[in-house]
Amino acid sequence: MDFFQVLQIIIPSMIALAAPLIFTSLGGVFSERAGVINIGLEGLMVIGAFTGIVFNLMFADVFGEWTPWLAVLAAMIAGLLFSILHAVACITFRADQTVSGVAINLLAVGLTMFLVKLIFDKGQTDRITETFPRIDVPLLSDIPFIGPIFFANGYYIVYIAILISFVVWYVLYKTPFGLRIRAVGEHPMAADTMGVNVTKIRYAAVLLSGAFGGIGGAIYATIFSNEFNHATINGQGFMAIAAMIFGKWHPIGAMGAALFFGLAQSLSIVGSSLPFFKDIPSVYLLIAPYVLTIIALTGFIGRADAPKASGQPYIKGKR
Amino acid sequence: MSKYLSKLTSPLIAVILGLVVGAIIMLVSGYDPVAGYGSMVNGIIGDSYYVGESVRTIIPYILAGLAVAFAFRTGLFNIGVEGQLIVGWLAAVWVGIAFDLPRIIHLPLAILAGAAAGALWAFIPGYLKAKFRVHEVIVSIMLNYTALYVTNYLIRNVMTDKLDKTERIADTASLRSPFFESITDFSRMHWGIVVAIICVIIMWFLLERTKTGFELKAVGFNQHASEYAGMSVNKNIILSMVISGAFAGLAGAMEGLGTFGYAAVKGGFTGMGFDGIAVALLGANTAIGVVLAALLFGGLKAGALNMPLETGIPSEIVDIVIALIIFFVASSYFIRWIAARFKKGVK
Repeated sequence: MDFFQVLQIIIPSMIALAAPLIFTSLGGVFSERAGVINIGLEGLMVIGAFTGIVFNLMFADVFGEWTPWLAVLAAMIAGLLFSILHAVACITFRADQTVSGVAINLLAVGLTMFLVKLIFDKGQTDRITETFPRIDVPLLSDIPFIGPIFFANGYYIVYIAILISFVVWYVLYKTPFGLRIRAVGEHPMAADTMGVNVTKIRYAAVLLSGAFGGIGGAIYATIFSNEFNHATINGQGFMAIAAMIFGKWHPIGAMGAALFFGLAQSLSIVGSSLPFFKDIPSVYLLIAPYVLTIIALTGFIGRADAPKASGQPYIKGKR
Repeated sequence: MSKYLSKLTSPLIAVILGLVVGAIIMLVSGYDPVAGYGSMVNGIIGDSYYVGESVRTIIPYILAGLAVAFAFRTGLFNIGVEGQLIVGWLAAVWVGIAFDLPRIIHLPLAILAGAAAGALWAFIPGYLKAKFRVHEVIVSIMLNYTALYVTNYLIRNVMTDKLDKTERIADTASLRSPFFESITDFSRMHWGIVVAIICVIIMWFLLERTKTGFELKAVGFNQHASEYAGMSVNKNIILSMVISGAFAGLAGAMEGLGTFGYAAVKGGFTGMGFDGIAVALLGANTAIGVVLAALLFGGLKAGALNMPLETGIPSEIVDIVIALIIFFVASSYFIRWIAARFKKGVK
């Protein structure tokens, strides 16, 4: 097996594994840039995964091959609705944001497994029949060398994820809405005096993070697990948070970090069948994203600083 | 007396609201909430076996709750109790298997190994917080997953030959109690309850009656004032995390030495560490409050197992109720606001 073939196995699986992480970490970027810590991304992914799978099972006959796309849409809405809880607790009720996030995670797993047992009368859902097809991107996959590695045997949704991260960058850095999000995350009082509605912007940011988290969960469940059970989403959300921090709260950075973590995950799965990699115990690849994030935070690879006002509720009139 | 009562109101309202919403969910799903909660209570204290199992569940909840509460008092959020618990579990079991010693040395050694491993695992976020001002929440979340994968690797590749669980610990390191088993119809209740009670007393004494405890609390209230008064903030941050981690490691050791007697490869988290956050919050981060909250949550968890058997209600309803209680406690600003409105209305 030569190097080219190895790349042909690793790269597509890396990009595919990165897609859910990209979406979810972009959600995290929105929320934290507005000053609301969202540990609940894991729970929002759980909700997304559950909704995606159940929608897929219920409507596969009606929508045919469009089912996975509509399922992702449904998961987006479900994630958005569920994140209202986090928004209300953190913004209106001034709850501790980390505690509320923990509650979101517990509630998501409890609620979805309760519903699974109610609907399916067992510990997991049935397996879905309609999933995203593997495709070769027209034209691009014909490029010599690069084409077969990056644009063959992939999923459309994965390329959409990468494109969306540029869209999010544009929204955050080139639009008034993005400027307001960043302002309320750095110095809400200054933003308030300039006439920005802090509460409204923060609500919008948290709901966006819910929508993105829902999408991420649905993609993960649809492509990789094909069913939903209590362990379908196991740390994906926290890995997305890690990607967001590793990417220094920047959309493109988060996307890059998600791709890198996708590589680590893909190596831990397919590495055992490849030369060079089979001698590395998979545990190193499994813990790599987490350990690297800690190292990134301590400042050995350029210090990562959170938005200034993250974690603090904004109380009007209080200095 | 009224001071204590008003302290109790907001947790009590949170618990009641949580149970009420749980009942509504049961009603909407077509179950009978009265029968549901009835079967749950039955599962907690229905007969001596259930009582024993409830006590067994409460043991790690007390210790995990103490761990979170202790760090909270110093202004730190130890969300890494889960990881410290897993590490402590493995260390205690390892000592339980590897050594051949008389009981009087072996059992304390195994328990201490669990505490030490948890303390060491919590030292990392404590040190990074003190030295580099890195937020302890993120570091300890990352360490939770690191702990999960590393312990799984150690169990599979170092302690056994590709097996999913270790051999059983030696009898000399076991917390199992034939006495408790005989009075509770052979439940898995074990001597860990004594360890948990001792830890509750240690936490109370340390925080309320010693200079160290005073410093730890002072740092929690106001870092700048403590620094100005000549206390070392960094030292206290590390110390607080280490003690908190030791409690968490003990919680794992109780599971390893008492309930199970071995360590197994885990597909996911035990959840006890995260429930510990709920316990500490509801118990207002005091030693006695943690005991009361652990009794409630441990009881709910143990009783939940009886619900599908008697009434067919999925046991996950209790996870929902616990999550809701955390929400309501965290949003106590809202509860106080409602209460104030209500009082005004009465006048």
